[in-house]
Formats: sequence, structure tokens, C-alpha cells
Amino acid sequence: MSTAALYNDQGAAEAAVEAGQETTPTSSSSGAAFGLFSTDFKKNEDLKEMLESNKESLKLEAMKRIVQLISKGKNASELFPAIVKNVASKNIELKKLVYVYLVRYAEEQQDLALLSISTFQRALKDPNQFIRASALRVLSSIRVPIIVPIMMLAIKEAAADLSPYVRKTSAHAIQKLHSLDPDQKEQLIEVIEKLLKDKSTLVAGSVVMAFEEVCPDRIDLIHKNYRKLCNLLVDVEEWGQVVIINMLTRYARTQFLNPNINESLLEEGSGGEKMFYGSDEDEDEDEKEKKAEAAAIAKRKPYVMDPDHRLLLRNTKPLLQSRNAAVVMAVAQLYFHLAPKAEVGVIAKALVRLLRSHSEVQFVVLQNVATMTIKRRGMFEPYLKSFYIRSTDPTQIKVLKLEVLTNLANETNISTILREFQTYIKSMDKDFVAATIQAIGRCATNIGEVRDTCLNGLVQLLSNRDELVVAESVVVIKKLLQMQPEKHSDIIKHMAKLTDNIQVPMARASILWLIGEYCEHVPRIAPDVLRKMAKSFTNEEDIVKLQIINLAAKLYLTNSKQTKLLTQYVLNLAKYDQNYDIRDRARFVRQLIVPTEKSGALSKYAKKLFLALKPAPVLESPFKDRDHFQLGSLSHLLNAKAGGYQELPEWPEAAPDPSVRNVEVPEWTKCSSREKRKEKKVEKPFYSDSEGESGPTESADSESDSASTTDSASASVSEESESGLESESEEESETEEEEEDKKEKKNQKKEPKKPVQESESEQSSEEEDRKPEKRSKKLKSDSESDSVEDEGSESESSPSESEDFESEAVVTKKKKAAESKPPSKSVRKEEKKEKKEMSLLDLDDFEPTPSPQVTPVNTLLSNSLATDLEGLSLSDSILSPATIIPSGALKNYELLHRITGEGLSVEYCFSRQPFSPDANMVAVQLQFTNNSTSDTKNLHMEDVRLQSGMRVKEFPEIELLPAGEMTSAVMGIDFCDSTQAANFQLCSHTKKFFVSIQPPVGELMRPVFLTENEFKKEQGQLMGMNEITEKLTLDVKCRNEHAIVQRVTTAANLSRVPCGSDKECRFAGRTVTSSSLVLVTVATREEGAAQLMVNCEKMVIGTMLVKDILLALTQ
Amino acid sequence: MEQQLDGQKPVQKASPEMIHSLFLINHSGDIFLEKHWKSVISRSVCDYFFEAKEKAEDPENVPPVLQTPHHYLISIYRGKLFFLSVVQTEVPPLFVIEFLHRVADTFQEYFGECSESVIKDNVVIVYELLEEMLDNGFPLATESNVLKEMIRPPTILRSVVNTLTGGSNVGDTLPTGQLSIIPWRRAGVKYTNNEAYFDVIEEIDAIVDKSGTTVFAEIQGVIEACVRLSGMPDLTLSFMNPRLLDDMSFHPCVRFKRWEAERVLSFIPPDGNFRLMSYHVSSQNLVAIPVYVKQNISFLETGSCGRLEITIGPKQTMGKMVEALMATIHMPKSVLSVSLTASQGSYTYDITTKILIWDIGRLNPQKLPNLRGSLSMQTGVPKPEENPSINIDLKIQQLAISGLKVSRLDMYGEKYKPFKGVKYLTKAGKFQVRT
Repeated sequence: MSTAALYNDQGAAEAAVEAGQETTPTSSSSGAAFGLFSTDFKKNEDLKEMLESNKESLKLEAMKRIVQLISKGKNASELFPAIVKNVASKNIELKKLVYVYLVRYAEEQQDLALLSISTFQRALKDPNQFIRASALRVLSSIRVPIIVPIMMLAIKEAAADLSPYVRKTSAHAIQKLHSLDPDQKEQLIEVIEKLLKDKSTLVAGSVVMAFEEVCPDRIDLIHKNYRKLCNLLVDVEEWGQVVIINMLTRYARTQFLNPNINESLLEEGSGGEKMFYGSDEDEDEDEKEKKAEAAAIAKRKPYVMDPDHRLLLRNTKPLLQSRNAAVVMAVAQLYFHLAPKAEVGVIAKALVRLLRSHSEVQFVVLQNVATMTIKRRGMFEPYLKSFYIRSTDPTQIKVLKLEVLTNLANETNISTILREFQTYIKSMDKDFVAATIQAIGRCATNIGEVRDTCLNGLVQLLSNRDELVVAESVVVIKKLLQMQPEKHSDIIKHMAKLTDNIQVPMARASILWLIGEYCEHVPRIAPDVLRKMAKSFTNEEDIVKLQIINLAAKLYLTNSKQTKLLTQYVLNLAKYDQNYDIRDRARFVRQLIVPTEKSGALSKYAKKLFLALKPAPVLESPFKDRDHFQLGSLSHLLNAKAGGYQELPEWPEAAPDPSVRNVEVPEWTKCSSREKRKEKKVEKPFYSDSEGESGPTESADSESDSASTTDSASASVSEESESGLESESEEESETEEEEEDKKEKKNQKKEPKKPVQESESEQSSEEEDRKPEKRSKKLKSDSESDSVEDEGSESESSPSESEDFESEAVVTKKKKAAESKPPSKSVRKEEKKEKKEMSLLDLDDFEPTPSPQVTPVNTLLSNSLATDLEGLSLSDSILSPATIIPSGALKNYELLHRITGEGLSVEYCFSRQPFSPDANMVAVQLQFTNNSTSDTKNLHMEDVRLQSGMRVKEFPEIELLPAGEMTSAVMGIDFCDSTQAANFQLCSHTKKFFVSIQPPVGELMRPVFLTENEFKKEQGQLMGMNEITEKLTLDVKCRNEHAIVQRVTTAANLSRVPCGSDKECRFAGRTVTSSSLVLVTVATREEGAAQLMVNCEKMVIGTMLVKDILLALTQ
Repeated sequence: MEQQLDGQKPVQKASPEMIHSLFLINHSGDIFLEKHWKSVISRSVCDYFFEAKEKAEDPENVPPVLQTPHHYLISIYRGKLFFLSVVQTEVPPLFVIEFLHRVADTFQEYFGECSESVIKDNVVIVYELLEEMLDNGFPLATESNVLKEMIRPPTILRSVVNTLTGGSNVGDTLPTGQLSIIPWRRAGVKYTNNEAYFDVIEEIDAIVDKSGTTVFAEIQGVIEACVRLSGMPDLTLSFMNPRLLDDMSFHPCVRFKRWEAERVLSFIPPDGNFRLMSYHVSSQNLVAIPVYVKQNISFLETGSCGRLEITIGPKQTMGKMVEALMATIHMPKSVLSVSLTASQGSYTYDITTKILIWDIGRLNPQKLPNLRGSLSMQTGVPKPEENPSINIDLKIQQLAISGLKVSRLDMYGEKYKPFKGVKYLTKAGKFQVRT
């Protein structure tokens, strides 16, 4: 057994471990006996013991050995109970190995597997994204039907996770759940729909994959995300790119018009002669008619490419430069199937490049090139020599290259190709030689000019010493001769002589067929051949025997005098042959040719039957018509439909409505369009630096962007206060906008009304009559759009690195602009943009100490927002967080007392602003006051001690705090949704103070905007254990709505949710780290009685929050 | 035992994941590792592969894609090992092939080589890697920079320490790389010596015919980088003559737009070794062929011997020294032995594989290396139809044969001054002389 060596190694390693662990008595025997099957039982006993010990290292060692067993395909299922106990281990590696094991065996041991589920459920709430992700991965890999609902819940939750990595794994889990229980399809589609909207490049590939598996026919889900996907594509990871490109190819085939529609008509008109394979001639009448119809349509309406079609082509093109062959192939097939003929050429170079890669890659690429060369030969002609064959190529590659060379052959290059073939024929690789001869035959049939040259060459090969070469030549010559037999009777004679030497059955059969078919050209030789054959009949192979019978029959019909007896002899031999085919044939032939009284009318036509003029064979490429399979697919490679293959649809006759791809923009125009822009910045750090911005892809971006701005611009006519800000971006994309405008007008003509336009009209009508109901409706829609937007900004700002990077990028950009370039126009433009972007940044991620340059914009905007809101809302306490919390209401806590701090006092408050470097952190504003008489220098943090999972972003060092002065700084703490304190040392240049910050539970959340309906829906999902109700009597001062709102929002960072009833106040928020919803309802009754209800999936938070709010309302 | 288990299970409906299982098979056809991402597929599925392997004789000739009644087998051949993956549904074959190569690359990087013994020795790490690289059949983390943060590569020292202390190969801190905006670079890289080296390596692919004329020639180049820089450096590499490049592919770190607009390579590099770009210089007349080969190989029609004479001389070497010159000839099967004299270097002839290797070394333009002598042939066998072709290997230091030159390397984003260096090397790629 080859594994013995491995076991020995293991034994050694084990011994080393055991040296320090004398406590395991059985292990001494295990090393020696390990490799033998008979001791399987014993060995597992030993493993079990190791697993049950309380030494981590032993457990780990045991798991490693178990993984080794699994890797060899051995059964380790009986260890399940011992292993499953370790699933909650703290040791990461041990845990990982247990996961590996669970995934493998959970299906076999369902009951036991269920024991581990709770661990995963707990891990799904872990503050660390990687633990959440791996818990989901494993949970969803356990193929136990009972846990389907749990999986479903977990997926839904993970799809809304803040971490894109977790969302990515949730997309993967969708497929797993779908294959486990297809009944969940509808619900899963909802999740897919949600994830498709995700803006993270990390998620895009995975969710499209899930889409392809679960609901590939729901093309409608793609519309709204189409442009986003196109624009994200460059930055998606390689594997995701392949999946997205393939899906978009299919999408484009359903949504756009054939860009080659005019050309294909031209081709049909004139190209019949040029097509060697006569594909056009074979077409049915009605198909032609159809084409003619299409032609008529095309003539009426000149083809204009849909801008979205163009966008796709433009954004995929750079990926031809990818190092990943699969990506290059995906783009190549996209161009082949979607691009106008004139543009397809760009892919040739990239594909030829792949021929330098591993031989497997070459194999697949050549297959696809072979198909392409049939349709579009010109594309690869310049690269002819790249397909030349080396003697060191593997045979399968040689044959494919030969195929491509043959397809590329035409009148101009045939002589070079034939010269090249000449060298191939001498190769030692006989299979390859045979293929070359076939190729020569095909060139000869296809190109009339060289037919004779080829034929002569092949005839020369007949004297080759290698029998295989001769045989192959005979077969090919036979086919060629059929085209013009009368000219070549000498060749036929020559071949007749070969029957003495050639033993390869196929070749013998071919020669016999030739002589029979053209026996009139060789009247003297033919009977002699038959004589020889009759002699050797019994020893021939079956195909040869059949041809002998054929020959005999034909000769009998043309020259019965000489051959009658011979024929009878042959037929008699055949009558007793072992093979029933041959017996049947003989009987059949005899009935036909030998006239008897019984034989019917058929024998009269015997001559016609046997010696009918047969059409010359068409030697065609095996790759002909393969392109009805999507290129690059497995189905194409196998030339058979593989399971799960999605047909590439035919182009539509008329393009479906292009406006479905227009993205509706929520009414908070300004912010959202800006946010989008910013987010694009974040997503595309590499291709969108200053120089790149003017490039074609960028312009595509701005095109789609402007689409949204125009939409939104039209939607927000009434909001004058913002127009000043808008103008900048409008300026930028003016031209595109015009286009868009035109398009939109067109759409308006065609289509009744789009949702956006609806709201626009609504708005304008509202301005006219200002009816209160309308207003309220408007309000609702407004708050709806809020929530959408809020979600967007959440998900996008979650990875902390992105923010960091962004600011860095801005800095470098500045630097570059400053140092390198003379201030050209584009640079200046860039600077302008840059400034704006910075201000945008700060709008979302409000820095507590903003740079002066930014401040005015900021205040201007928030002011304008506030005024807008005032104009729109019914009560001023509803929407804006700024209006909810009067700034004075922020409670200050003491961090360091003046006395203990020896003159330095520090207070902190939870500023309730999003902490920009990391959205998972709670912003804590520190206020330093130097009460002493000397300056304090170098104030900074040190020695941060935290509970696991918690993180801290330190405040920037304060270099100098003069005596008597105050200053403030902001730090971020990720409390992991717990009220554990963050301990650290506050250090000055002389002293250190131990301090700690403990958050009240109400600060662990941030407000979210929900509509009444959403609130109810979410509340409905958080029932049971997740709901806590308390009865209370309200404080006397706190019996009106305003006061309640005030007190609740002071106690917890929540936002008000609109509510139809005036007896109820509702609030909503999400916990900062895990983003779990927190819903609070205060229902008032008579006489100050009230009921408080908190719904939160984090029960601890819920309970604590109830306590805090109760306190706030009753005091 | 494992097959019994499987036999009981009914055939499942095609499941959606791209890659279902992976089998590693050695040269002699033993399956020495299997990994299933979902339900177990019996090893017996490999029988179809073995059948094809048997038929193909040469492992290079095993079709990379095979169809079996219930599955499709997609395989690659790397380092005398077959990586055989099982898929059940439509998937782009290149996707799987590319991924398998990436797996092999990762093994190579982790263990220094990709061989059966090394994989067996590190089976636990291999399993952990495979688990991270593929989730439900879909590639998850394939960047080695990210993987290395999650699973530490073994070093001799660490494995000793691990065995003594029971330590682990898994990183203590969980990775942040996956989420960084640049997936190929780890965060928080620190070096005391900051250095960035670039090797411009060009290979000449050529077919030269009997008479010495070039049938086909092109240059394939790569730029291999070894970058050890702290922090987040942003590099810009520019060329004196970028127009030379005909076609190229880039590491994902390269900003394509910058290249399109300015023909400079602008990138935030991965940490460590990586291939920055590969390129292609075509146009036959541009390609300088550094050596010429005069050869005369003949097999006599009668009698059982043949003659061989080869002389190699410098052609267009741009004034540089040609080193590591070597000629390899695949002799016809009927050549039993050779008796030759080499004026320089030494030759070996392998009787089983029929490969003649002449290792010449440095090419001395004053005294051209020459190999001559007789070949003894099997008696009674007709003389070979074709003369064997000669494959040439050579190296020229400090020269990029296409003339490509790096003009400068700039770094932005970090303050320190890195050591920078560019090396050039020209090699023979698939350089074949027909005889």
C-alpha cells in the first residue's frame, strides 16, 4: 500500500506529541497497528479517546488524523458523536477541522448533527464577520431537511448583514438550500432580488451565480441591476466576472437587436458561393422568407445600437486582458455572440495569447476557435502561423490546430498551408499524420484550384511505407475522386493494384467501392479484382465483405458475361457467413440482380438502384454549426447539451422596452445620486483615478449616472433649495443628459407613465392644489425612499478599509495633481470634482472636526434638508434625526475627574453621529479640559483592554492642550452590541490614567427609517421570545406625545416611525454592530397607563432597553 | 468500503455547484486524495478517466473533459499528477481548468513543489486550503495573499514548534484581507528592507525549417515581480518603448485605464512574488534569432546506421553571451544507440525515451560547438520517414531580445525609499529546428 509511508510519518509525529502526554495509555500501541485494516476498530477507539481528553493538542492531533482518513476516502463516521462535541471549541483550527468533518458526515448522522445546530445559530450572531460567515457556510452545507427553516432564516439575516463577506456567503447558501429543498424557491428569489441590488463587488458574482441556479428565467430581476453590473464588472473578482458575463450574454440576447442584422442579409445575397459548407443552401424556404421579412424590417428602420448594449461591450472589453483564461474566454464568447461583426476581431488576439497557456487551456480554446473560424474566418487569418504545429505538441492539440488551419485555408494562403502540411505528413505521430491527410482532403474539396495538386500529393502517399498513411490516403482519395472520376481512371487503376498490399479494412473497402462504382472506367481490371477478392472472401473483415458483395453486384449488372459465376460464388459464400448483416445483404442482392420468375418489378430497376449517380461527399468540419451552443460552455465542448445548460436565445425581432433598465431614484435626489457617485468611487478605486476618468468606461458610468440624475431631476423640480448643488453634476454630464432626455421623451410617447414620472406629476399637481391628503401620501412615499436609501448607505460604508482607502486615494490624487501635471483642462475639472466629492463624503460621514473648507457646504446642505423636511412633514418630530435630538439632550458622562486627573478632566458623550472610519463603531466624543496651570502634551490612548470581538479606533493624538483650554476628539468603539466596558489608559506626556467607557444600551443602536407598513411587517417577524411587553404608568409630566418621543429618543438612539393612531408612538433602530432591528412601541391608555413593547432579536438588548425606557418614562 | 457506502445511495438529481469533487491521482493511477464539497461521489467515477488515460498512452493526451453517464470529468495534468474534478452540470470548462491550475499553483506556493509526497505530508493544510478556496463548488478565496493570512504555510521551524506545543497552522487573527478594497494585498505589511525587483523575461518561440529560414517566430514576455514594500505603496512602471508590445495580459492589480491612456503600468502590488504582466511581440521580421543550427542527420537506406552532425553558431546575439545552450532531439524509435563526439559540452542518450540531450553551455563564437558521429539502428526496420527536429534551449543574460526597456519605477503613497531593480533575461521558448 502506498499509504504505508504516510502512516509511518504520522506515527512519528504522534510519538512526538505523546512524549509530553503520558496520560494516554492506549496510544503506545496505535502507532504500530495503524496501517492495517484489521485494527480499524482499535484505531478509532484510540482516536475517540484522544477526542475526549481535555488536552487541546490531543484533540487537534486526532482531528488531523481523521481528516487524513477522510482524504483517503476512508469511513470515519463512527466517530461522529465524539467529534460533534468539539464544535464549540475555542481553538480555531480544531473548530475548522470539526467543520470539515461535519460537512462530510452530517447527512449520514442527522440526529447527531442536529446537536451542533445551536452552536452555529449562536455563531451566526457573532460579532466577527468571519465567524458568522463560516457558521453560515457550514450550517448551509449540512444537508438535513429538518433545518430548512433555520437555514432560511439564517440566509435572510445574512443577506442583510453589514459585512459584504457574509452577504457573499449567504448568496452561496441560497444555492445550497435550493438544492436541498426546491420548494423554498419563491422565498429564495426574494433574497436574490435583494442581493442583486447589493453594490459590493464581492457579492455580485455570487448572487448572479445563485440567480443562474435558482431562477435563470427571471430575467426581469436583472433589468434594474443591469447597468450597475456592467459598471461593477471590472472590479468583481475573476470567478464572478465569468458568471456575470455569461449571464449578461444571455440577457443581451433577449433585450437587444441583432447588430449584424443588415450584414447577415448581405451575406445571404452574395455569399452563397463563398460558403464552403453550403449552410446557406440548405436553408428551408420559410426560413428564407423569414429572413427576407427581417430584411424588410431592417430596411425600414436602420439599426441603432441600444446604449446599454454598447455599455456591455465597452465594459467587458478590458477584461480581454485578464490573466484568467476563463475570463478571456467569457468575454470572447460575449463578443462573438453579441458584437457587430466589425468589432468581433478584437478577441482573436487574446484567444491566440491563450495558446501559450497550459495544454488543457489550449485544448478548450482551440475547440472554440475552431467553431469561430467557420463563422468568421477573417478574424483569425492574421494569426495563421500561431496555429502551426510543433512536433512536441500533444496529439490532441495537434489535431485541433490542424482543424483550425483547415478552416482558415483559402485561395491565397493555401500554398503556405499545404507546404506546412507537407512537413506534418512526415511526422512520427501516425494519428496526427492521418488527421493531416484528412485535412488535405478537406482543403482539396473546398478549394478547387488546388484539388489536382492535393490529389497528386495524396497519390504519392500511396507508395508510403506506412500502411496507416496509405490507408488514410485511400479513403481520402476515394472521396476526392468521386468529384470527377472520369479524369482519374489511372489513379483508380493504381489503387486497384494496392489491394494486394493494403490490409487496413477501411482502405480495402474504399478501393473496392471505387472499382465497383467506376467499373466502366476500368473494365478490364475490375473482374480481376473481384476474382482475387472472392478467393480471400472468408478472411476479410466485415466491411470489406460487404463491399465485395457490392462490387460483385455492380459487375454482374454491367458485365455479367465475365462475372456471373464469380458473383454467384461470392453470394454463396456470403449466404453462410457468420454475420447476419452479410447474410441479409447477400440474400437481398441476389433477389435484386438475379432475375427469377418470382422476383418482382424491382429487379428491373436493379441497375438504377446500384449504379445511380451518387453525389460527391461533402467533407465538412466537425465544428460546423457548433455555435448554436454558447461558446465556451461545456455543452459546446461536448457538442451535446449538458444538464443545466441555458439555451442562448435567438435575437428578438423587435427590441423590448429599453426603459425597464432605467433606475428609479428615490426622491431624495441629491443625496442619493451623490451617494451613488461616492460609492462608485469606493468600488472602483483602480480604474477611476484622475487620468482614467476621461476614459470610455468612465463616460459610460456618467452616462448611466446621468440617467439617474435626470430621472431624479425631473422628480424633484420643486426642491429649489438643492438646485444649486445639483448644477455642478449636471454640468458634467450635460451631453449625455440630453441624450437621456430625448430617450425619455421617446419613452413617454411610447409608454403611458413610468413610476418616476408618476411621482413627478403627482408632485406638480400637489403644488397646484395642495390638498392635505395628497400631502400625506407624499410624505409616505418620502419616508419610504428614505429607508431604501438608508439601507444603501449602510451596506456600502461597512468595510472600514474602503473609507480609509478612499481618503487616501483623494490625498494621492491631490498630490499628483499638484506635482506632476501642468494644470490642463482635465485636471482642473478633476479638482473641481474632487472638492465636491470631499464635501459629499462629509455629508454622509460627518466628521466632528470638519476641515474649514468643507463646513459651509455641509451646513448649507443640512439646512436645506431641514427646510425641505419642514415643508414636507406633518409634524417636525418625525423624520430627521437632527430634529429628534436637541443637541442639549446628549448626556455627558465623566471619564476622568478633575481631581483624579490632576487638573485634567475628561467628559464623554455619545454623539450619535455615524463614525466615519468604521460604521460598526459607536462614535464617542471626548471633551478634554485642562484645569491645571501647566500645558498638557501628547494626549493619547494606550493599553486598550477589550472583551473579545470589541474594537476601538483611537482618537488622534492631541499634541498640546494649553492650560485652561478645552478641546474635543472623537473615538470609535465597536461594542459588539454588548454593554461591556472598554478599558484603556489615557496618557499624557507625564501621566497615565486608567479609564473605562461603558455604553448605556440605548447608544448601541442607530436610528433607521421605516414606514408604518415596514414596521408592522418587521414586528410580525419578531414575535414570541423576541418580544417583551411591560405595563407602566407614565410620569405626570410625560403624558403627551411630544414628551414621550423626547424621553424615548433621549434614552435610546432611535428614530420615530410614522403611525396612523395617535395613541401609539413607534420607534425603530438597528444595533450598530450586528444591525439587528430594534422596534419600540409605546401605546398610551387612559390616565397615564401605558404599555411598552420592545421587539428585538437580541433578547439581552431588548430586556435592557425595556428597563432603560421604563425608567425614562416613569421618572 | 467507501464504495459500498455509495452504492446504497440513489443517484441524486444533478446538483448545482460548479465543482463537486476533486480527486488527486498520481502518475501510476492511484487516487491518493479525495475531497467532496457536497455528497460523496464514489471513486469508481474515476474509472472512466483511467480508461481514457489507458487509451491516450501519453498523459498529455488525456482529453481534459470527459463525459460519463452521470458526471463530467474535467482534469489537468500538473507535475506528474492529475487533478480530476467532477462536475454534474453545465459549467464553462475553462473555469474549472483555470481553477484547478490555481489550486496547483497554491500548493506550489505553500509547499515549494506540487508533488504527491508533499501533498500527502501536508494533507491537513491541503484540506484546509481546499475548504477555503471553494464554497459549494464556487471559488471563494483564491488569492494566495488572502489564503496565507487564513492558513499559514508550513515552515520547517514552525512544524517542529507545532508538534511540540500543539500549535496550529491557522492564523491567530482572522484575516482582514478579504474585505480590503484590494483583495490581493494584505493589510499592515511591514519590512525593514523595502525592495522591489522586476525581471523582464522573454522567450523566443520559433520554428526554423531545414534550410534555416524562419517559418514562424514570436516573442513571449513576462514581467515577474518580487515586491516587498511596507504599507500600501502605489507603483508606476514605465517603459522606454511600450509601443513594441502587441498584446498583453495583466495581474488584476494593474489599472487598465492608465495603461490604455498612457502606456504605463500603475498598480498597488500584491505582497511578495507575482507575475505583473505577460506580453507578446509578434511580427516575424522583428524577432532576432540568436543562434543558427547547421545540421545533417541521415539514416542510411541499407545497413543499420545513420549519421549525425550538428553545429551551432551565433546569429543575432546583440553582442551578448549565449549561455546554457542545449539541444534536445527526440530520436525515432529505431535508433538503438549513438556514438558521438562533442567538441564542447557533453551529451546523453536515453535508450528508453530515445531522447538525445547535448548540453553545450556557453557558446564560444571563435570555436563553434560541434557534435558528430554515428547512430546505430535496429536492423530489419525500414528507415525512419522523418528526421527528428531539434529543440534548442539557451539563455542570454541582461538582454530583452525584443528591445523592451523599463525606463523608470516610481512609488507613491509611502514615504520611505525602496531599493529598486530591473533584470532582463532572454530564453529560448519553444524553439524548434526542423531537419
